[in-house]
Amino acid sequence: MSEKTPSTPGALRTHRGPPGTGFDTLALHAGQSPDPTTGARATPIYQSASFVFPDSEAAAGLFNIERAGHVYSRLSNPTNAVLEERMAALDGGVGALATASGQAATHLAITTLLSAGDHIVASSSLYGGTHNLLEYTLPRFGITTTFVDPRDPAAFAAAITPASRLCFGEVLGNPGLEVLPIASIAEVAHNAGIPLLVDATFSTPYLCRPIEHGADIVVHSATKFLSGHGVVIGGVVVDGGTFDWHANAKFPTMTEPYEGFHNLVFADEFGPAAFITRARKEGIRDFGACMAPMTAFQVLQGLETLPLRMAKHVNNAVAIAEFLEGADGVAKVNYPSLPSHPDHDLAKTLLPKGCGAVFGFEITGGRAAGQAFIEALDLFSHLANIGDAKSLVIHPASTTHHRMDSAALAGAGISEGLIRLSIGLEDPADLIGDLKRGLRAASKVAR
Amino acid sequence: MQIDVSDRNVFYGTGSGSPAPDAEAIIFLHGAGMDHSVWVMPARYFARHGFRVVAPDLPGHGKSAGPALTSISAMSDWVIELQEALNLSNSSLVGHSMGSLISFATAARYPARINKIALLGTANPMPVSDGLLDAARDNDHAAFAVANTWSHSATGRLGSSGNPGNSNLNTGMRLLERVADGVYHTDLSACNDFTAADFGTWGKTPALVVAGTGDQMTPARSGLKVAASIPNCTNIVLEGCGHSMLSEQPNEVLDALAGFLNA
Repeated sequence: MSEKTPSTPGALRTHRGPPGTGFDTLALHAGQSPDPTTGARATPIYQSASFVFPDSEAAAGLFNIERAGHVYSRLSNPTNAVLEERMAALDGGVGALATASGQAATHLAITTLLSAGDHIVASSSLYGGTHNLLEYTLPRFGITTTFVDPRDPAAFAAAITPASRLCFGEVLGNPGLEVLPIASIAEVAHNAGIPLLVDATFSTPYLCRPIEHGADIVVHSATKFLSGHGVVIGGVVVDGGTFDWHANAKFPTMTEPYEGFHNLVFADEFGPAAFITRARKEGIRDFGACMAPMTAFQVLQGLETLPLRMAKHVNNAVAIAEFLEGADGVAKVNYPSLPSHPDHDLAKTLLPKGCGAVFGFEITGGRAAGQAFIEALDLFSHLANIGDAKSLVIHPASTTHHRMDSAALAGAGISEGLIRLSIGLEDPADLIGDLKRGLRAASKVAR
Repeated sequence: MQIDVSDRNVFYGTGSGSPAPDAEAIIFLHGAGMDHSVWVMPARYFARHGFRVVAPDLPGHGKSAGPALTSISAMSDWVIELQEALNLSNSSLVGHSMGSLISFATAARYPARINKIALLGTANPMPVSDGLLDAARDNDHAAFAVANTWSHSATGRLGSSGNPGNSNLNTGMRLLERVADGVYHTDLSACNDFTAADFGTWGKTPALVVAGTGDQMTPARSGLKVAASIPNCTNIVLEGCGHSMLSEQPNEVLDALAGFLNA
């Protein structure tokens, strides 16, 4: 983040520049102009594996990063490039890279920076798939993680070791909805000479732009609210361009010659865009988890209405959360937009437009009541996803977090009676009616 | 690479080149508040084609030691000091914006040391508004925001970058945010104070002006006026291109430079 003095009203009263482009406009236009050849207004789907070289010299220039353009769709594709540039614009980053899934985005971000022997300090409240990656899979490749309370920057600081290379958390923890104190954890990370990686899947850039609060790299599952309709799997990595890789010797992938690209030193040559360039020139090239152009097109369709959808998602979620908080058979509602949530004050600062549309509540009567509740619902779909236009419901202890034992579940703030909702765009009265039906069924079991 | 120039450490990019000892040298000079990384693509091109590429961070910028130099004249002296530190008897100069003024001044003052100059996004004079100077003096972030926005064409501000996935606007902003306090003001003041007449009569150094019709900082008409004032000068106008032409139209800029520098 910039350490510069904040803008002072009137400071440029004698210098009138063009106004900055608003978020809603960027969501529709960033990264794309009408096709100069065909005049197509929508982003075309460039369903092509490869791109013809004008001549051998131009080909050499493309391979050597002298010329802008596309070679092969694993590395870059014109449709994907529009999505990537749009996400960079929306998140305030210098560049972005679309990936095959949100998991691929997280993996790409980590492996671009870390090698065997390196260490991560991560929030203990993470998406189950991310927890699996950090807890079980990456250690096989020599990368270990210490999990800490996401609300406690001091815990992050205490867990940092000489081998630590990354702090990591989710803007809104999964499924506990802890609000990550991004600025405080960024300060901890930066004081230790390491970057902060934030997963902003639940919030999207409409509700929170982590880079503005001090995060250095952001990942999203585009499967969720970004695409918004539950029809694709995808992910995005956004590089804030804020971290000084040369500040210490901890990041040789950025500051040392890379034999895999003719001894290119990414931080020397690409400045603020060093990380995202290395991710493209190594991670996507070699691990290969790229996004399909058709998927990029569908995510772009979602982004065009992201501001409208997120506002409606949030409004519906607040209405549902307020209903549940006063409903019989509900022990607790865990949603930071409610004053009862311990992170409510932080949420008002970090997420002023709302805390998303995914939240949990605890039903009285334990596991059996929870199962009865879910099975009685008609409008809510019981499945393992969030961020669909349609409302969704799941029981984390038996699905997304089923690999975690009870101690790990408790550490992640998950009880066996926790129900997670992803609130869609339906009429909220209909959703409340469906929830009432579920609560009636649960109450019969609870008795 | 690093080298000491007049006892101050200077970082310079080479485009990952390994030139022959007698390779023709090109020095790339960045604009106000920028650093060598703006030249990454042409640097790599000319390095691959056998040139000795020197893309320095000017004093006080990027990874080069400060303080920043306070006048275009001092910067042109420094270019010659850089040549000497590198054992270069001569070189061509490619400069963008403030770097174009340095290139112009160096060629005017030291014609025997300069083979060719390419001026990208140039104007003479290059006035800077009092409001922007004041904000830069106060290290007000608004100075970066306004200058960065003006540095991109209307199309460039929305994006459509030639470089897949890059946000040119945000990359420009991060570069400006990296400069030490006061440096941007020093640069802008140097541009504002520049007067070509101070540097005497132009010699025979071949010159190229590259102008963009979307440039709101140094409008194309200003660049073409500079071209008309130089006896041995050609020009190339890039349709729709803004002041940040190295990121907005990297291939077109590269083609212009390659043609002019015989690469």
